[in-house]
Amino acid sequence: MDEKEITCIVCPIGCKILVRMDDKKFKLIKGNKCKRGEEYAKSETLNPRRILTSSILVEKGEWPLVSVKTSKPIPKDKIFDVLNVIKKTKVKAPVKIGQKIVQNVADTDADIVATKTIQIV
Amino acid sequence: MIEEFFDVAVIGGGPAGLAAAVSASQNGAKNIVILDRNSWVGGILPQCIHDGFGVEETGVSMTGPEYANMYIELAKKHGVTIMSETMVLDFNKKLEITAVNKNDVYRIKTRGIVLAMGCREKTRWNVMIPGDRPSGVFTAGVAQAFINLYNIMPGKNVVILGSGDVGLIMARRLKLEGANVLGVVEILPYPSGLPRNVVQCLNDYDIPLYLNHTVTYIKGRDRLESVTIAKVDKNMNVIPGTEKEIKCDTLLLSLGLIPENELSKNAGVEIDNITGGPRVDQFYETNIPGVFACGNCLQVYDTVDALSGGAKHAGKYAAQRLKQEKTKNSEIFVKPGEGVRYVVPQRINQSGHVHFTLRVTQPGESVFLNVTSNGKKIYRKKLRFVNPANMIDFEMNVDKTLLRSNRSLEVSVHG
Repeated sequence: MDEKEITCIVCPIGCKILVRMDDKKFKLIKGNKCKRGEEYAKSETLNPRRILTSSILVEKGEWPLVSVKTSKPIPKDKIFDVLNVIKKTKVKAPVKIGQKIVQNVADTDADIVATKTIQIV
Repeated sequence: MIEEFFDVAVIGGGPAGLAAAVSASQNGAKNIVILDRNSWVGGILPQCIHDGFGVEETGVSMTGPEYANMYIELAKKHGVTIMSETMVLDFNKKLEITAVNKNDVYRIKTRGIVLAMGCREKTRWNVMIPGDRPSGVFTAGVAQAFINLYNIMPGKNVVILGSGDVGLIMARRLKLEGANVLGVVEILPYPSGLPRNVVQCLNDYDIPLYLNHTVTYIKGRDRLESVTIAKVDKNMNVIPGTEKEIKCDTLLLSLGLIPENELSKNAGVEIDNITGGPRVDQFYETNIPGVFACGNCLQVYDTVDALSGGAKHAGKYAAQRLKQEKTKNSEIFVKPGEGVRYVVPQRINQSGHVHFTLRVTQPGESVFLNVTSNGKKIYRKKLRFVNPANMIDFEMNVDKTLLRSNRSLEVSVHG
């Protein structure tokens, strides 16, 4: 594989990190300002993952939706599988921030967690 | 009319107002109120359900609602009074606020006011896009509220004008919700939003980004039917013959934000024409003694982390002023020089370490930030990458000699 430039998404700086694969071994060349950048560049090259955020329907809540996220980054190619589960899920108010709504969503080993508190009306 | 008294009143309960109120309490102010016209505090954060908030501040990536919750809990812990659904009508130089809610009109006497009114989105009429006036044209933030708070999809086939962060975030959000995102159109030769949002919102989903392009016509009788986009030259003039019509039912506008300062202007607060926010000194104090400004009504920040950092200082100085008013002997001005759009603070009136924030006019690599006084270099820092979308900050000591010199400081960024 040729050298590849990766824009880091860990923080707002957006370091441009140059990486290369040598015999299936990841090699960081230059560009990151911190350790998290190195981890991101490695993961982005070998197994790209993202935190997915969305929202889930709430019954009898002060708002019709509760915002949710995956408890950890999930593989990029699983994003739409997880979204399908999210679309089919409904939850009853009250919902508390941090509450686990779906466990091991779409076999990603991540959970779907509420990021907002929704009171009952 | 009900009379109230508070030591510090914060106008606006978004992230800036919350951080300022908490910090005022941590620095000794006792009797603090936040006034907000919404039925909730947290401002725009409850609709910003994506993550990436708080990384610089706490090391942990939070979603908008989680970040807001962190400060709401702190405000509760510090006994900050929150008056929601309360609209401030005006304030004056005697530090009195008039506010109204469902119950009554309030005359609130204070010993310090922190302005934290936030900002508004630019609309179609700020950039004068020709064409019809159909439905289906929304600002990106309104579409975000529709989708994330009210469960309403604004449309199916979407074009986004402007590559600011809200526009990029909405491109991804609409895609995830099943819409067809036809492209993001940006008049500048580079994206306006943060690099990480270009990567994870556009590149991840193969959403095209049309740089050096703009929307030249909006067509549709009742509902939007199409937009025409065209290439622009380096002076941002449309190049004839490059027009292309895109069928769509929704146009989102992410054109930038305007600090909201109607209250400030009415009270006689001096406004910086470039930031659109109050001119402040290094203590975030405006020209009206006891009136401080922070958050997006001071200057539009790129991250909530940096915004809260500034707001905490504003809250701290508002609290310190309750104990002792500062003595002002001399004052010098800070001016943007070559390559710099603006610098905050605009005035310095006490010696010591000063924290500056600024924005550059164009992207660059391996450039130098210089501060000069009367043509003499007094500070120099190397910057690897600069980008108008990334706010730059630095700290510099302003000593008594410099302060008494009566000479303006000029901040420039060039190769």
